[in-house]
Amino acid sequence: MNAVGVEGVWKFYGDYPALRDVNLEAEPGACLALIGRNGAGKTTLLRTIAGFSRPGKGKISIFGNSPRDTEARKKMGYIGHGISVYDELSALENLTLYGRLYGLADPRKSAMEWLERTGLERVKNGLVREFSRGMRQRLAVARAFLHEPRVLLLDEPFTALDDRAIAVLQQVLREALASGKTIVMSTHQLREALELATHVALLNRGQVAFHGPCTPEMAADPGWVYARYGEG
Amino acid sequence: MRDKILFVIGAAAILLLARDINAIIGLPEERNQGIIFKIIFFHVPMAITALTCSLVAFFASIAFLITKNFKFDAVAVAVTEVGLAFLAGNLITGSIWGRVAWGIWWTWDARLTSALVCWLLYAGYLMLRRAIEEPTQRATFAAVFSIFAFIDVPIVVFSIKWWRTQHPAPVFWGGGSMPKDWFALWAWNVLAMMLIAIVFTAVRLRQEEFQREIDSLRREAHAL
Amino acid sequence: MGYARLGYARQVATIFTKDLRAELRTKEAINASLSFALVMLLLFSFAFDPSEETTREISGGLLWIVFAFAGTLLLNRSFARELGNDCLDALIAAPIPGSALFLGKALANFVLVMAVELIALPLFGIFYNVKWTSQFPQLMMVIVLGTWAMTVTGTIFSALTVNIRLREVMLPILNFPILIPALLGAMQLTSSLVAGKPITADNDAWLKMLIGFDVMYTAVSLVLVETVLVG
Repeated sequence: MNAVGVEGVWKFYGDYPALRDVNLEAEPGACLALIGRNGAGKTTLLRTIAGFSRPGKGKISIFGNSPRDTEARKKMGYIGHGISVYDELSALENLTLYGRLYGLADPRKSAMEWLERTGLERVKNGLVREFSRGMRQRLAVARAFLHEPRVLLLDEPFTALDDRAIAVLQQVLREALASGKTIVMSTHQLREALELATHVALLNRGQVAFHGPCTPEMAADPGWVYARYGEG
Repeated sequence: MRDKILFVIGAAAILLLARDINAIIGLPEERNQGIIFKIIFFHVPMAITALTCSLVAFFASIAFLITKNFKFDAVAVAVTEVGLAFLAGNLITGSIWGRVAWGIWWTWDARLTSALVCWLLYAGYLMLRRAIEEPTQRATFAAVFSIFAFIDVPIVVFSIKWWRTQHPAPVFWGGGSMPKDWFALWAWNVLAMMLIAIVFTAVRLRQEEFQREIDSLRREAHAL
Repeated sequence: MGYARLGYARQVATIFTKDLRAELRTKEAINASLSFALVMLLLFSFAFDPSEETTREISGGLLWIVFAFAGTLLLNRSFARELGNDCLDALIAAPIPGSALFLGKALANFVLVMAVELIALPLFGIFYNVKWTSQFPQLMMVIVLGTWAMTVTGTIFSALTVNIRLREVMLPILNFPILIPALLGAMQLTSSLVAGKPITADNDAWLKMLIGFDVMYTAVSLVLVETVLVG
């Protein structure tokens, strides 16, 4: 069974189709990089897969379930543009909160584990408000990975990260892929993304212009896909 | 085809209205109130039309939430705007009647107050629409608010009635009476108002459809 | 990875505690709301002579206007709080029903608004020389019902207006007209209770209306909140 399946998905803003008949799939262990220009529909597609809005037509499945099913939601982890943690709460309180919402057996223990993995255990009781930018980003990674999601949806994950956060994220993503998890990410940073990607999909004005495995020539020259399939 | 039907309905409405007005002018003055009594031939039909509009808006909103078809959203907004216009007509004619009968333009009587509250409710609906950019979200949120507003209408009417009432007992359903042929004339005028509302709604509906097309073309242009 | 069974009540409680804790850390909204209530009580003393008997007769109305305006400041923050770091996305993505999210937030708002009201009420009694305690249990019941009406519609409209321009202005424009029946009932009952008259057969229609309003709008909000959150 595919981890992520997108079948004939259309998404409309009024009458304007932001996604036009998108078909994609990702198997467990695959890392799909969504590339394309600004406004091509990458974020819209990721948010629709994550279940933030319903497709106008077509079907999305996460291990066979609709994205709004509780089972599917437990399996998904999403990192968007914001860090999705509360400034007024401490790092530990934030992670415990999400641990509770995801129904983890021991939210505090999982929270402590992830604080350690992201190097935040020393500041676990500090308010997020007082954190540096890098620390906030690492906390955001911990927040998204806390419930051990099997499908990771990442919207421009490497944008605006500092070096340490990029290192933490790449490390965590590599481990996730090695253990058979699925990643779908939208990105402009082709170099960082193509190091991880097993598959590439190029979106152009809401349509899939190219979808296939990541080949050596793409990894060698990130502009190659655009030159070959894009802007047509 | 649609244009022709609309034209026929519009022509029928105008003819009917002209005939009604002519007949109303010919009526004798009412014993107690004098000529101002004749405003009831417009005041009450306008209220009925406005209430019908809010009912249609309610069902169109539910239909939009279920089907996500923008036609229903267009119906909801068109019919709400037309309903607001008729409710405004109802408030103004009521106010004119009050000036003559009671000597004051406005009184916080139950019906006037609840009509005003309903007017504010649906004006809020239009303001909410104007504030939201994204069409799908606008239609969804507006539909949710329209449902809230419609549920409120009967509660508003009853609660304000309990608060205080000073309105003349309604001519129909409330013990008042009207000669039979006057009632027929009044009923014809309800029909005339309804037909006018249908024409207005249809015109506004088409405008809304064009607007949606323009929006989508604009987005298309931005995407290029 | 064992998922503990998380009951609906615990999901509601988690959201409720989170909102209260986040607000009480900064106390931004509650302080603003409280000072606003005080300013309004002060202003009313200029508009209506506090020593006049007639002012005491309209005390229920004054009190609920203070409550509604001060409450709006708190309700505005309810979903706006989630905007800063895109926290709303993470809450929508979490495996809890939209109605649990809504109930948790509405209950947190309810507690915050009640807190402001329970501070404003004795101050009102002192400033306007009103012995408001004589029908205390019934008065509390009316305040609880009226406040719940305000918070349930306020919370759902806070979700409707969170992404739009002029959010702070839109919330009262949408919320107050809808609330008019509930406010009328609460004003009527509060005026007579503050004057020492218990609820009788004369005015218990208002009480029933308040209860009906609460039940109706709570039910409709719970049904529609998922649509508001994800379309």
